[in-house]
Amino acid sequence: MAETAREPILEVRHLVKHFPLTRGVLFKRQVGAVKAVDDISFELFRGETLGIVGESGCGKSTVAKLLMNLEQPTSGEILYKGEDITKLSGRALKAVRRNIQMVFQDPYTSLNPRMTVGDIIGEPFEIHPEAAPKGDRRAKVRELLDVVGLNPEYINRYPHQFSGGQRQRIGIARGLALNPEIIICDEPVSALDVSVQAQVINLMERLQDEFELSYLFIAHDLSIVRHISDRVGVMYLGRMAEIGTDREIYEHPTHPYTQALLSAVPVPDPEARDRRERIILHGDVPSPANPPSGCRFRTRCWKAEQRCADETPLLAVPEVLRDAEGPVRHPSACHFAEERTVVPA
Amino acid sequence: MPDVPMKATPEAATLKATQPAVPVPVDEQPDSGPAPGKPRSLWSDAWHDLRRKPSFLISAGLILLFLTIAAFPGLFTDASPRDGDLTQFYLQQPQLTHFFSPEWLGYDAQGRSIYARIIHGTRASIIIGLTVTAIVFVLGSLVGMLAGYFGGWVDTVLSRVVDTFMGIPFLLGAMVILVSFDVRGPMVISLALAVLGWTTIARVMRGSVIQVKQADYVQAARSLGAGTTRILMRHILPNAIAPVIVVAMIALGGYISAEATLSYLGIGLADPAVSWGGDINFGKDSIRVASHVLIFPSIMLSATILAFLMMGDAVRDALDPKLR
Amino acid sequence: MSDRTERPTADEPNATTGTTGPVETTSSGAVRIDKSAEAPADRDTPLLEVRDLQVEFRTREGVARAVNGVNYSVNAGETLAVLGESGSGKSVTAQAIMGILDTPPGHIAGGEIRFRGEDLLTLSEDKRRAIRGDRIAMIFQDALSSLNPVLSVGYQLGEMFRVHRGASRREARERAVDLMERVRIPAARERVNDYPHQFSGGMRQRIMIAMALALEPDLIIADEPTTALDVTVQAQVMELLAELQREFHMGLILITHDLGVVADVADRIAVMYAGRIVETAPVKELYAAPAHPYTKGLLESIPRLDHKGKELYAIQGLPPSLTALPSGCSFHPRCPLSTERSTTERPPLHPVLDASEAPVAGRGSACHYWKETLHG
Repeated sequence: MAETAREPILEVRHLVKHFPLTRGVLFKRQVGAVKAVDDISFELFRGETLGIVGESGCGKSTVAKLLMNLEQPTSGEILYKGEDITKLSGRALKAVRRNIQMVFQDPYTSLNPRMTVGDIIGEPFEIHPEAAPKGDRRAKVRELLDVVGLNPEYINRYPHQFSGGQRQRIGIARGLALNPEIIICDEPVSALDVSVQAQVINLMERLQDEFELSYLFIAHDLSIVRHISDRVGVMYLGRMAEIGTDREIYEHPTHPYTQALLSAVPVPDPEARDRRERIILHGDVPSPANPPSGCRFRTRCWKAEQRCADETPLLAVPEVLRDAEGPVRHPSACHFAEERTVVPA
Repeated sequence: MPDVPMKATPEAATLKATQPAVPVPVDEQPDSGPAPGKPRSLWSDAWHDLRRKPSFLISAGLILLFLTIAAFPGLFTDASPRDGDLTQFYLQQPQLTHFFSPEWLGYDAQGRSIYARIIHGTRASIIIGLTVTAIVFVLGSLVGMLAGYFGGWVDTVLSRVVDTFMGIPFLLGAMVILVSFDVRGPMVISLALAVLGWTTIARVMRGSVIQVKQADYVQAARSLGAGTTRILMRHILPNAIAPVIVVAMIALGGYISAEATLSYLGIGLADPAVSWGGDINFGKDSIRVASHVLIFPSIMLSATILAFLMMGDAVRDALDPKLR
Repeated sequence: MSDRTERPTADEPNATTGTTGPVETTSSGAVRIDKSAEAPADRDTPLLEVRDLQVEFRTREGVARAVNGVNYSVNAGETLAVLGESGSGKSVTAQAIMGILDTPPGHIAGGEIRFRGEDLLTLSEDKRRAIRGDRIAMIFQDALSSLNPVLSVGYQLGEMFRVHRGASRREARERAVDLMERVRIPAARERVNDYPHQFSGGMRQRIMIAMALALEPDLIIADEPTTALDVTVQAQVMELLAELQREFHMGLILITHDLGVVADVADRIAVMYAGRIVETAPVKELYAAPAHPYTKGLLESIPRLDHKGKELYAIQGLPPSLTALPSGCSFHPRCPLSTERSTTERPPLHPVLDASEAPVAGRGSACHYWKETLHG
């Protein structure tokens, strides 16, 4: 899919978000900043799914909020079809919002408990009246319920009358209402039971084909991300560590963090228990308010040398792999990148 | 039946492959299966709970009774609360078997029927209680909502104002305000209590709004491009109002008691207005010889306050989201 | 409970099947492996045995049957994984064992919980309290809310020794430092007076483990111990737990929904669905060939790390409401194998037989069609 249409629909350039840390009640002064997102660039192509993985505090949810214009970036650009949406406001911003929608993590808090399902899914039409004439809205909502696999008769029910999986379908229907081109999915299945996760993932894949959607799929579950994504970016402490196609990342990881992350995932195969190589990282993720100099991962990395502290590795095809052929050759922000297979085939 | 085939997967897969557009694949359909019953909003759920709560039924019955007495005192007694016959009825003891007659609860030191007086005194208490609550509810909710939603300097300024008012002692403040008025009718007293009472509601509302505004559904509305008015009225207010309703109901009892206290102290409603607080004041002078003059208005006052407190408690239990 | 006698678990045919060798079936029908090398003194009494446990909750919608006749047992040094989704009753069973069930609305409607042969449910509250924390300890999912935020971790760890062992303040503090070192908290001596919020999520979970280990219990119940943690930290914590378990030769009940974690650490597995155990087996055999359609569906529905895969298999429908459990087999509305018989007759935990009709060690499946599932 990614091969046929190489036209980026969304381009993120040097995106930075620092949350100021302040002291004092009346006279606030800044005493530092949480560097939630620190210079991130990537592209999202039409009809593809870009997965973003990383552990809590890596900034992946902040990226989602920035893309949704729920937070203003400290610097950097977000180009939607060549236009920087961070500079937009008012009517122009509202128009862009029609095309970028979001599915939230927690289906229990993302639906207003005092509104009916019909009102929730119909709200996009009330905010953007041009999207559907007034008389058609009810019918549209019913159609959307049907599309996400819910009985249209439930239009007058309230969210608490549904199970988690059903609620997530309602959230997806709301995201689809305005016929967007891009859907940002922030951990859309992590709150669901295993047997229901598969239903929702299948639904999302079907909708992508049906409506030619581009997904930015943010999750911590590496197996699900591999399943749904065409390309995957690995984030660590506000930076992108490695990015590439699912095969490049999962089968030929070159960044030590990606390797450690992949090796730590529990695999549902007891036979692999003994033959798997585990990279156990020591220590915790440093605070984003006070990140290490140079490479962010160096404090937990077994390869770290003085150079890693002095020089920030850029996200590019590493020098040592410049001449390599095949899937090993992909951007990886490490001075000492080398291939290491950690997922047993 | 040993040869049951397990073929759900391939079937679902082909369905998806051949007709990707309209119908829902078999493997997803059944999620829509179990009917979630009739539409039940959280409000109707709460109402459903309330209706089977004895404490709610008792307090609602009492409150209904007091409201009726306040609106139509003539239905309960023909006797006038102001006409007294000193020569005939001076501090006459209650005739407890003469239900609803003027002499039922006895007479006071001016020969006025105590039964008639507590019936006619209801209106003042109820009107003041409701008026104060209404003003406080609107003003406090508005200030609390603005402070909570906008945060920043709006919050800083409004919160300081709230703190300033909170620093004024409630009764002392009301006394200071009221002594500066020559005529103290129910409206003046209501305003004095409201000016000092709105801060409680504002605080509760502010906290509640701050909690609600972090909810994902508010973020979802923002990301759809919803304006501030829509977010406040459709998403924040309906979800933040429940604790405020409870606090307001409980406070209502408090305002009635405050009015009674002020009247007792002689700076609330004064003769010829009829009020329970004033009557309790009369009663205290003859407590040894005729305790009924004190007891019956006190019972009436306590019952009213209790009814509103009970109602507030019952409503809180029904609205508490943790229980559902 | 008036309907207890109707429950098939009470008169399961396999309860008396004479299996020999390494397999034993306990009188209640729970299949377990006897590790004869261990604890020869009480080789016939498992460390913990849950028999026909039933727990009910009163809710607005009616009586919710959270646990409907659960049987399982754990031996010393063994890890039993209890796998299930939310509402399967896996955590409620653990709460019942610990005696920390919220009563009301919950109450134990029947069954036995035998710890070293003694029924905990008939013990006095005092005796139970002596066992809780001392002999049986629990690790919770959310370490932050399980630790008291206003007391230092050293105080909370030391409290175990003061309350159960009558240690002095100073002794208790020393033991706390020991424990923190044992769960590999760096600079334990300097951090012993820190408060829970000063530790990271992984470190807090280590403190929880330290607290559970404090009195060297015989049995640890870990309820989703790593669910709230990041993958790399999860691996550290699970490894630590497994190592300490080996060292102290404890029984471990690992309650989880994560099939990956189970495959990594468990010896045996009990799969729960709607308050019942639907399948029990040694872990390798269960993953190689599940004998219950629910287990099979779960295994097929999870995406894989090692290859992209096509469309996921999805178990259709939703878990049932506990206030209105389906008749017969609770899984029948979602089951591809369900027949008339599944809707009327509740399947008991059948022993699973191999090709030569001999019972497979420690395996059971509560499905009428376990054979078809196993071979299909």
